[in-house]
This record gives sequence, C-alpha cells and structure tokens, in this order.
Amino acid sequence: MARTRKTAPLPRLAPRRPAGVPEFDVDEMLATEKIIVCCGSGGVGKTTTAAALALRAAEQGRRVVVLTIDPARRLAQAMGIGELDNTPRPVAGVDTAAGGGLDAMMLDMKRTFDEIVLAHASPERAEQLLSNPFYQALSSSFAGTQEYMAMEKLGQLDATGEWDLIVVDTPPTRSALDFLDAPARLGAFLDGRLLKVLLAPAKAGGRMYVKVVGAGFMMFARIITKVLGAQLLADVSQFVAAFETMFGGFRARAEETYRLLGAPGTSFVVVAAPEAGALREASYFVDRLDADGMPLAGVVVNRVHPMAAALDRLTVERSLAAAESLREHSEHPLAEAVLRVHAERARLAARERRLRERFTRAHPDTALVEVEALAGDVHDLAGLREIGAALAGDYPSAAAS
Amino acid sequence: MVTGKGGTGKTTVAGALAVALATGGHRVLLTEVEGRQQIAQLFEAGPLPYAERKIASAPGGGEVFGLAIDADEALLEYLEMFYNLRRAGKALGRIGAIDFATTVAPGVRDVLLTGKVKEAVNRPDGAREAGRAYDAVVLDAPPTGRIARFLNTSAEVAGLAKVGPIRAQADSVMAVLRSAACAVHFVTVLEEMPVQETLDGIAEVAAADLPVGGVVVNMTRAPVLGARDAARAARRALDLEELAAGVKEAGLAPTPEMVEMLVLETAGHARRVALEAEQRERLAGAGAPVYELPLIADGVDVGGVYQLAELLRASRMVG
Repeated sequence: MARTRKTAPLPRLAPRRPAGVPEFDVDEMLATEKIIVCCGSGGVGKTTTAAALALRAAEQGRRVVVLTIDPARRLAQAMGIGELDNTPRPVAGVDTAAGGGLDAMMLDMKRTFDEIVLAHASPERAEQLLSNPFYQALSSSFAGTQEYMAMEKLGQLDATGEWDLIVVDTPPTRSALDFLDAPARLGAFLDGRLLKVLLAPAKAGGRMYVKVVGAGFMMFARIITKVLGAQLLADVSQFVAAFETMFGGFRARAEETYRLLGAPGTSFVVVAAPEAGALREASYFVDRLDADGMPLAGVVVNRVHPMAAALDRLTVERSLAAAESLREHSEHPLAEAVLRVHAERARLAARERRLRERFTRAHPDTALVEVEALAGDVHDLAGLREIGAALAGDYPSAAAS
Repeated sequence: MVTGKGGTGKTTVAGALAVALATGGHRVLLTEVEGRQQIAQLFEAGPLPYAERKIASAPGGGEVFGLAIDADEALLEYLEMFYNLRRAGKALGRIGAIDFATTVAPGVRDVLLTGKVKEAVNRPDGAREAGRAYDAVVLDAPPTGRIARFLNTSAEVAGLAKVGPIRAQADSVMAVLRSAACAVHFVTVLEEMPVQETLDGIAEVAAADLPVGGVVVNMTRAPVLGARDAARAARRALDLEELAAGVKEAGLAPTPEMVEMLVLETAGHARRVALEAEQRERLAGAGAPVYELPLIADGVDVGGVYQLAELLRASRMVG
C-alpha cells in the first residue's frame, strides 16, 4: 500500500567525490558482471542497495534476479515477493524497454535445505531425514544455515543459466566471517572425525564400534552423551547415517559455490553507513575479502549527509554564532532556526567526513561511492530507481553541486 | 537484556545502563555474546578476555565489570564445573566436538551464552552485603530480529533434547529470564524499520512469556522549528526574503544559492521530524514505557556514555 506523497520529493544532493579515492564505476559493474554479492553489517541499507542495483541493471537491459534474505515488509511488497515460495518471481513495474527484466525472490532456508535433501537422497532416506528432530532444528535455526543456504541458492540460480546477472543480499551475520566460512564450516563438520564417531553406533554394534573408532573416542562419546543427552546423540547419529550418502555432494557443492564467488564475473560490494561501527565492519570485510582472494568492486556508504558547496562558508561555529546573535536581538526567528538546523547538519557532515577519511586512508585502493540519506525508507520502485541512480553517480544536473 | 536493530546504538545504551545501575556504589557486570569486543571499544579498554574485568567506575563508588562471553569457553567451564572435565574438554576440542556443540548443535550455543549470564546473576559472594557477586547484570544481547529465539532457550532445544543436562540447563536459564528480576529492553531510533522491528520484537518476547522492559528511543533531536514554520519548511515554502534578511542581519552575506540550499536542508529536516513524530506515535502504542536519549552530535565516547547514564537515571528508567 503505497502512501501518496503530499509534497514533491526533494532534489537529491550529490555527495562530493572524495579526493584521491578511486571512483566506483557502478554502471560498468552492472553492465559486465554475472554475480554481485552485497555484504555488510545490519542496518546499513544492504537489502535496499541490492534491490536498487538489480533494478538499475534490469532497466539497462540485463536479465536480472535478486536474491534477498530478509527484506523489510514494504520493500518486499513493492517487489511482489511478499509470498515465501523460494522461487524467483517477476517484479511488476520494471521498465523493460531496453530488453531486460527483473525477478526477485526471498530465501526460505528450511525449504532450500529440504529441496537439497529431496534432490539428492533416495525417497526413504529423504523421508528419514526430513522427520529427524536434529535435521529440523539444524535446517531452521542453525546460525550458519542461512548463510550456507544463501550460497546454495546462488549456485542453483547460476546453474540454470536463466539470468545474465544475479544480485545477492547476504544475511546480517553476527560476524562478518560467518558468511564466507559457512560452506567450509558445514563441510568440515559433515566430513569431520567427530561425525565418524557419532556415526559408528548407527553402523555397528558396540564391539565393532570400539574397533572402528578406537577406545579413546569411547570416552568422548560418553562425555557427549552426558552433556548433550542420549536422545540428542541418537537423533544426531540417525541424522548422520541418513545424511552420509550426501556428504560428498554437499562438500563438492560448497566448494563449487566458493570457487564461483572467487571467479571472474563475480563482484563483491561492501555496504556501510557513515558510523564508526559500520565502517569498522566494512574495513573488516574489505580485508577479509582480500585475504580470501574475493573480488571487491567497491564500497557503498549509504545514509550520508552531503553539504552543498554553496554552504561551505557556513561552518558549524559561524552558523551557531550567527544564530545566537539573532536570538539576542530576538529578531528573525526563522533565520535563527534555519541556521541552527544547518549547524546541526554541518556538524554531522563533518563527523561523517572524518569517519570516511579514516576508512579511505586505511584502504586507499578501494573504490567508494556515497549515497545521500533519504528522509524516509524506500518502499517502491521509484525510490529504488532513485537510489540506483545515486549509486551510479547519475544526478539531474540541477541538484548537483 | 538490551536488544535493538543494528545501527540503533544498542551497545552504547547497554553501557550507559550498566553505568546508571552501578551509580551509587553498586557492582554491575556488562556482558556481550557476539565476539565483537564492542564493550572494550565503548569503554576504550583493551580486548576483554574470557574473564570479568573492571572496565569503568560509576559515580558514588560504583563499579562496572566487563565480560565477553565465548561459547567455547563457556562450554569448557560448564564441563569443569559440573563434571570436573576440563582436560577431557580440551581433548574434545581437538576432534571438533566443542565446535560441534557450540556452532552446529542448534540452540546449544545460546543455552551456553545465556547460561553464563544466569551463573553471574546467581553467583553468591558472602563478603558482600547483598550476598551476591553482582547487583545487576546487563547483557548487550543479539539484535531485535533474533532476541526472542535467543532468550527462549527452552523452546529452542525442546525438539532436540527432551531430557538430559542441556534441557535441564535450558529450563533453569529460562526460569531466571522469566522472573521479575529480568527485563528485556529495546533500543530503537525513530525510523520506520527499526520501529517496526521493535514492535515485532516486543510481541515475540511477550509471546515467549519473557518480561518486556522499556523502549529506549536513541539519538533523538529537539525540535528547532515551530509547528507552522515546520509545515512550511517541509513544503519548501519558507519566506525567502525574510530568511535572506535574517541571514544578512546575522552578519553573513547570503547568496541566492546559499538561501536555496538552506531552504533545502530545512525541508529535509522538517520532513524527517514529521516522520519521526509518526514513529513516536507507533511506539506509544506498544504498551511499554518509552524513554528518550538525545543524539550526541560528535559521536559517543566514554564521556558520552556517562552523560547517557545520567539521562537514564533522570528519566527514571533506572533508580
């Protein structure tokens, strides 16, 4: 339900390009890449950025699908993905004149996991697995499952060859590491020695068990039983037995997806906001992607409060002093209020600039683009279009400064 | 328990709440569970080990201790405490059992983290008048979207462990969390998404029978424009001549572009204030007490934490 705007939208102000920072050529990325992964901490506008990039690429003629994790309700409605069916659906209202199109989907991690099981296990095995309590808990609440399933879904979408470009929003992971580590972690777990221990009782009787895993492990199994409880252990053991046939496939797919992420045609976009915490996370992401050899296209800093060049002379101090002098003479209350509003904004702008400069000094080779803060949230395609234009540095000339 | 959407200042408010609770000679433990060392950063201290360490003093002889709870360490500690198995626990680590228990086994991690909080809450200390080691424990909890699940430990392990030590531990943690001694506070800013998540979070926490505390509206700004000017400003219909005359009177030579840009800034401000008013109204309907904290324009440093702590006391959220 889109609210009608009582007033015309304000013209957007182009943030000034920071000197010495490589330009993030967003349109070039949108025209050439096959996969774009947006990552960053929670609350920085990651989902909106992913959707805006996808829409812009689609309207420039590419066939695009955007995979979102947890979009705000109204954004989801605007894109027609209020329904959770784990399948990409065409987004209505996209300008397809250039020959492109946009599909969108919201990830249902449990369903994605179920689909893998159904596709790769025999019917009885699948049945066993889907009803196993440990599987049910793992597939719906394990902290790494969402990350892993996002990557799995990406692999699936890529394999269809239906789209020129896949834009992926990543889960707001509790730690930046989770998302890149999830495939490896789940893979390591499923292949690990621990599982061989857990698996043994399901495979053989007690005597055989000792033979297979060695007496030393017996103690460990006893401790695990003691701490986690026998029922849990039995469930896990049954789960592992049923899952065993899929191990190889799981691991291979995890590795395949990881390779896909590092391959030419994939770009990572780190999304941040001009706040100390968000930029610290962004820094961490940039370093981590670099360490893993993952291709970083650039950093998007959302929610910036740019300052118009015409107001450069009005520093915080000057504006406040001017407002004070007006107050003393109790004339021109309007100008006084406007100058106070400006002083507050100038102070915020200066702080954001300091934070951004600290970031770019630490990452001098990382391309960066800033996007102005909006008064409200984005919940329609027009809003996404506007953000997409801002990301690409595409401003109507009147508002540029 | 202090939760909030990312970017709302949850950790800062948790820190301020700890200082406020410690004010007047109390001893408070401030904990975090997400391995980000945000408490140490907030109080400009070195990274916290898995040990309680004094990180701040509060007015009137109060003390704030910090602890970064780590699930692996908490499990080893648990094994030692209840089974005297610390060395065996280390050996378990080598075959990946600790990693399994703390990251893969669903819910177990959260039980370990909240279990450590419970242990700190109940820890006896005969040397203190209160008989307990801490007068209050503040947890910088996971974000709003995950809070109900994080705290609802019993439900989380229910399908998994019907009996056994994990289940028993989950249930005893739950009893503390559901008691009158506990409150789950929500930190938000006056924007649509954080407010929506706060309302959803409150409903989920209440549905899990956990005690909803207050809503802390963070980073608020005092209104600068009167109602009539605000409405005109939002429409960019301010009296340009009057504005230019005022700016000139203040000793600043206004150019037409300067005035135009000031009008644009003021319009943005007025529209944001109007949106904030809408969000404030939505929060008022949440059925929880609402406390407001002002924006600290230059960003929060340690001094800012103390300033916010005083405001929390003044707002009667604490004290």
